[in-house]
Amino acid sequence: MTIAEPEAVGEPAEPVEPLHRQLGLTDHELEAIRERLAGRQPNELELAMFSVMWSEHCSYKSSKPLLGTLPTAGAGVVAGPGENAGVISIGDGLAVAFKIESHNHPSAVEPYQGAATGVGGILRDIFTMGARPIAVLDALRFGDPADVRTRHLVDGVVGGVGGYGNCVGIPTVGGELVFDPSYQGNPLVNVMAIGVLEERHLTRAAAPGPGNLVVLFGSTTGRDGIGGASVLASATFNDADASKRPSVQVGDPFAEKLLIEASLELIERGFVEGLQDLGAGGITCATSETADRAGTGITVDLDAIPLREPGMAPFEVMISESQERMCAIVRPDRWPDVREVAERWGLPVAVIGHVTDDGDITVTSGGAELARIPAAALTSDAIVHQRVARAPEHRRAAPAPGAPTGASDRLPERGMDPGAVLLALLGSPNLASRRSVFERYDSTVGTDTVVGPGHGAAVMRIKGTSRALVAATDGNQAVGVLDPHLGAAMSVAEATRNVSITGARPLGVTNCLNYGDPTRPEAFWQLTEGVRGLADACRALGLPVTGGNVSLYNESPAGSIAPTPEIGVVGLIDDVAALVGPAFVTDGDAILLVGEATSGLIGSSYAALAGTTVEDGMPSLDLVREAAVQGFARDAIDRGLVESAQDVSGGGLAVALAEAAMWGGHGAAVRVPTSMSPAVELFGESPSRIVVTSTQRHAPALALLARQHGLPVETLGSVGGDRLQIQLVGTSSTGASEERGSTIADVLDVPLTALRHAWDHGLTRALGWGN
Amino acid sequence: MSSHRFAVNVTPKPGILDPQGRAVEGSLDHLGIEGVHAVRVGRRVELSVDASDAASALAVVERLASELLANPLIEAYAIEAIEPVEAVA
Amino acid sequence: MPVRIGVVVFPGSNCDRDTLHGLELAGGEPVVLWHEQATLDGVAAVILPGGFAYGDYLRAGVIARFSPVMRAVEAFAADGGLVLGICNGFQVLAEAGLVPGALLRNRGLRFLGREVRIAAERLDTPFTHGLAAGGEPLRMPIAHGEGCYYADDATLDALEAEGQVLFRYVDEEGGQAAEDDREHNPNGSLRAIAGVLNAAGNVAGLMPHPERASESILGSDEGLPIIRSLVESAARAAAGERPLELVAAS
Repeated sequence: MTIAEPEAVGEPAEPVEPLHRQLGLTDHELEAIRERLAGRQPNELELAMFSVMWSEHCSYKSSKPLLGTLPTAGAGVVAGPGENAGVISIGDGLAVAFKIESHNHPSAVEPYQGAATGVGGILRDIFTMGARPIAVLDALRFGDPADVRTRHLVDGVVGGVGGYGNCVGIPTVGGELVFDPSYQGNPLVNVMAIGVLEERHLTRAAAPGPGNLVVLFGSTTGRDGIGGASVLASATFNDADASKRPSVQVGDPFAEKLLIEASLELIERGFVEGLQDLGAGGITCATSETADRAGTGITVDLDAIPLREPGMAPFEVMISESQERMCAIVRPDRWPDVREVAERWGLPVAVIGHVTDDGDITVTSGGAELARIPAAALTSDAIVHQRVARAPEHRRAAPAPGAPTGASDRLPERGMDPGAVLLALLGSPNLASRRSVFERYDSTVGTDTVVGPGHGAAVMRIKGTSRALVAATDGNQAVGVLDPHLGAAMSVAEATRNVSITGARPLGVTNCLNYGDPTRPEAFWQLTEGVRGLADACRALGLPVTGGNVSLYNESPAGSIAPTPEIGVVGLIDDVAALVGPAFVTDGDAILLVGEATSGLIGSSYAALAGTTVEDGMPSLDLVREAAVQGFARDAIDRGLVESAQDVSGGGLAVALAEAAMWGGHGAAVRVPTSMSPAVELFGESPSRIVVTSTQRHAPALALLARQHGLPVETLGSVGGDRLQIQLVGTSSTGASEERGSTIADVLDVPLTALRHAWDHGLTRALGWGN
Repeated sequence: MSSHRFAVNVTPKPGILDPQGRAVEGSLDHLGIEGVHAVRVGRRVELSVDASDAASALAVVERLASELLANPLIEAYAIEAIEPVEAVA
Repeated sequence: MPVRIGVVVFPGSNCDRDTLHGLELAGGEPVVLWHEQATLDGVAAVILPGGFAYGDYLRAGVIARFSPVMRAVEAFAADGGLVLGICNGFQVLAEAGLVPGALLRNRGLRFLGREVRIAAERLDTPFTHGLAAGGEPLRMPIAHGEGCYYADDATLDALEAEGQVLFRYVDEEGGQAAEDDREHNPNGSLRAIAGVLNAAGNVAGLMPHPERASESILGSDEGLPIIRSLVESAARAAAGERPLELVAAS
């Protein structure tokens, strides 16, 4: 046996990856690009432009076929999916613009700036339509709160959301904070923004009118976010030259504030034909999308673009993701007005190109043409992949609605004290008070906040009218990990229920779909099922999906995140004086439970806390029942029968009652008739249930109304005292469970002070934040 | 063991957007000041380190600077040796 | 004819629209004063609103104080004109030396958006004469990262002796909050000072936001009387009465 000598002459040659692969494009995609370029090979600049525009984030290439199945039509929908934000008329010539978006991966890298630029980006999507942003809601998800990296991420993300939103002067009024082990390697930062506009100011992101000018205003263009295309940087620059290395996106909320004022002024004074904000894909994305929408083309003159750094390469300028920039389509005779507005607000502004009728995005410099790509090839005609969906081998189906339920959940019976369980749940990181987080946000700037963070849906009044907008975000990942269709449907149910129980009528749904790697069949199956659940729920509730965002590839070596469809809902209440909140109001009020518990502790906070693995017991959702419960709530509130309304969700009935009691400062004494195990009755999170209170005088009418809506209703007891007392009565109370060997007490009796103490400190304790 | 004092000057990395520097530069007009540009705003941390020699002390500060005082994603730092402060009596 | 009250707008001010709204509720006619303008358009009083002028970059209020409009405000104040600074406006006044002291980072080093209670130390000023006698706590929001009032001991003693402390953070019963009372004095202001007057008594600054407590639907209308006091004092000033004579006359 001979042993070969290693090559004596220099290092073995490295195989050189073709440029398109280094840029993240597959061979198949390169072929598709050549087809769209009439067979020719794209040059480096063109490849860079395709690589960003055909990225998952910009092109939705894995999800587009699925998103086409969502219901998007609805009364009053003025702008839907495909536009920068959804817009729905609300009467009196006004409309509401809203959308939710993710900034997950940047937040994992640099949490403060990732979250800050996430807020900036979604705000731009709102005011680019002509709407003044009035509220932000942030849905944040992290791994183990005891983990030092998680704490670093939480602190950075919360700091970034507040740092940006507070400075720009838009209140952060709601959101979610959820801890789940599946997010350990992949935090999720989803931000929803809402704005109000006069419908006549609605501005679309289109580039009509060949000969019109393309004007860039806002911050100068630097090397922010060049990311994956950095391979081109290393091809052009000396590796040791750190100053030229592509960089993290940094947000400037002060610039954004100026941008809001300048943009709204331009729109209100009729100076622009179209307006598009710059986000992912920078100038390439803004020009190709606006041109494609209008069926025109745009020629961009690189030399005219205000730059932050000297010596930027063409590809850097075209794909830079520098923040706080807008692209306006301007008639030539309007250019002096546009320049005056931008300069008055202290913003750099320049004509960087013009609209053509050739349908191409053409990039020039020094008179030479550097790139020419049909706009459609970058956007509406971008490649679409038909991914493979494959359900996992072992999965649990939800029971059909109406299927008989049994007390089949195994429980850690012996010695379980429901009161202790309630305190543990209230003090758990997912249910405890979030005050320590939302106090880092300004929730009252704008003088429109009627209900701010912490107590159910957010409510923003509309000045000059008697009306108010109501908003909530919800996402159920605990059920979704086992049944993604059910998880998505339950997310829609919960978010819309939170809006309906204030008395408001939900108008539309925006969604941020956070899933794993779509090239993995099981992950793509989760996405497929999630979209199906979203569509089913929206159809059953009669609501349009007005737009949203898809974030895929949320996986780390530790695994994929649980499927997380984050749902944002906006509703309208015509008379804000009729608004109902979740807190108990007056001693003596009657407490009613509408809807009925179904068995199934899977996905509940109780199951997570108790560490039980329950063999049976998936929750079930009856969308017809859900629609009826929400319709009843609005009807009852409209008739003046309701003092307070709280939905049963995280932590179940016991937590719902505890929250209503703590927030109102009134205790309650209730008797809960049970036919299932105490754990299911007290802590089960089966959907479509609400706790409503009314004056004693109205209670009979309220109960009658529920039955008229076809809903089961129980009068549980009344508000009063300074303790929460829940007694279980019926076939599963102590007698029956003793037969099974259980000694569950069926009385829960806890003073409000104890509830408050657990709830007030649970989160700060979990995160190790000093008070 | 001796005490060595250093200052760590943390500034935005070249190429990174510096909103503070830009805002300061933009405001110079109002003060009637001309000819000032390329403003970058950072922070300065001064500290004393007990170590057997200057090189070990510097190593400590290097570590502190790169792991805590500066965010290497967006900031650069420079360490200078400075005069020790008076010991508290 | 409602009296005209100026609201200065710096780049980055974001409570100007709220302040305009509050002035309307208080019976005044709000006038926007852009930071670049060198005159105050003949307004009878000026409010510097809250926000993040120039992003609060470098130091809160420091860049704004050099704006052209601030030269006019300084002249107006020197001549006895009424000026009120709210939150960021208070920071600008402090940087400009129009009120004593400085605003440092909150004791907990975090931005805080929450409700506080303040009480007026004296009711015989142009900013507080409309408040109910009895030192009732007024509920209104704070929203700031640099609201910790600071001055050295000698200055603080002088302020108290001269009646220049205008508002303090208090508890539910109206008792002065301790400096380390995180619930009632969350930013840790020295001597629980929430607002001050200049020596002449015509310029005031406070950190909490009375304009955000101007309607009960927003949770509290207990801030409105402060704005109303300013509007009424400004009306008398516009009618030719010197506002500072109000103090002696009360």
